[in-house]
Amino acid sequence: MLPAKDTGSPRSAALAGLRAAIGVPGIILSATYVGFGSLVRESGLTFLQGLTSTATAWAAPGQVILAELYAVGASVLVITLAVALTNARLLPMTVALMPHLRARRTPIWAYYLAAHYIAVTGWAQALRVCPDLPPEQRLPYFLGCAVTLWVCTLFATALGFLLAGSVPQTLATGLVFLNPVYFMLVLMMDLRQRARSYALVLGALCGPLFHTATPEWGLLLTGLVAGSAAYGIDRFRRSE
Amino acid sequence: MSAILDGPATPYLALAAGALATYFWRGLGVALSRRLSVEQPLFQWVSAVAYAMLAGLIARLIVLPSGALASTVTTDRVAGALLAMAIFYWSRKNLGLGVFAGAGVLMLLTWGRTFLP
Repeated sequence: MLPAKDTGSPRSAALAGLRAAIGVPGIILSATYVGFGSLVRESGLTFLQGLTSTATAWAAPGQVILAELYAVGASVLVITLAVALTNARLLPMTVALMPHLRARRTPIWAYYLAAHYIAVTGWAQALRVCPDLPPEQRLPYFLGCAVTLWVCTLFATALGFLLAGSVPQTLATGLVFLNPVYFMLVLMMDLRQRARSYALVLGALCGPLFHTATPEWGLLLTGLVAGSAAYGIDRFRRSE
Repeated sequence: MSAILDGPATPYLALAAGALATYFWRGLGVALSRRLSVEQPLFQWVSAVAYAMLAGLIARLIVLPSGALASTVTTDRVAGALLAMAIFYWSRKNLGLGVFAGAGVLMLLTWGRTFLP
């Protein structure tokens, strides 16, 4: 049986990925990065540093956390731990996506390179489409989509940084507000797992409290305490 | 612990740490992808911690923001967030509508206050 969505060639698969990226997901992701770009300026980081962050990290929640922690004068240790904990979700995401990207003649380093582009928007798109493609078109499709998104976010970061310094204060605040609202809604998007709902509520309660107690460690504490509690409650209720 | 880790981070050191702490998981995911199942309890805990941390950050940014957001009124930010949520659900989880409504409401309310005596 032929795969359901043969695009014809790896090249056309990459173009199909590119087209998928330039749409609603790309627009929303770009808006988020406009917000990040504004936050970069707010946090006292430079234009180039903002672009470096988007180019080399490319996982918005971790980047926002980095900028926020940098702004409160946190140490490298705290920043590393907080970013690592927020982004640990990339491990199961990668494990879930890899089987749908493999093709027989692709060298292993190509996967390690492609892994840099695994972030939620492109990941979700690839997870939906790639299983229906012939194996040799899967990696090109994913890269066509994810690299396009990555380029869009670089421009968006630059735009956000420049806008934050040139538009009226009210509009600049609106741009910075894009990030918390976006992440709030993304978190609420998929709450089928009960542990996640508990984590959301407990985390939202602990976040401001722990931040007041210790701005530097508050975020890490929130994750560990509220996250572990949520996980524990879920386990306990399932074992009942 | 060394002074480099303990003192306030310099920008590029922070960026390098952030990039490494991010790619680490992706690279590890590729290396382990043939051997690990996504259904592991460890992954569920990791996901709960990440969710809690993000929820904590978001709540903090709305209730106790720093920077430009600190110049807006808390009620306005909370109103923006609540309206974003409401529109998100009414529009069958339309992310774009929700996000722009939330930011729009905050901007409108903030702008509106400039006319108050």
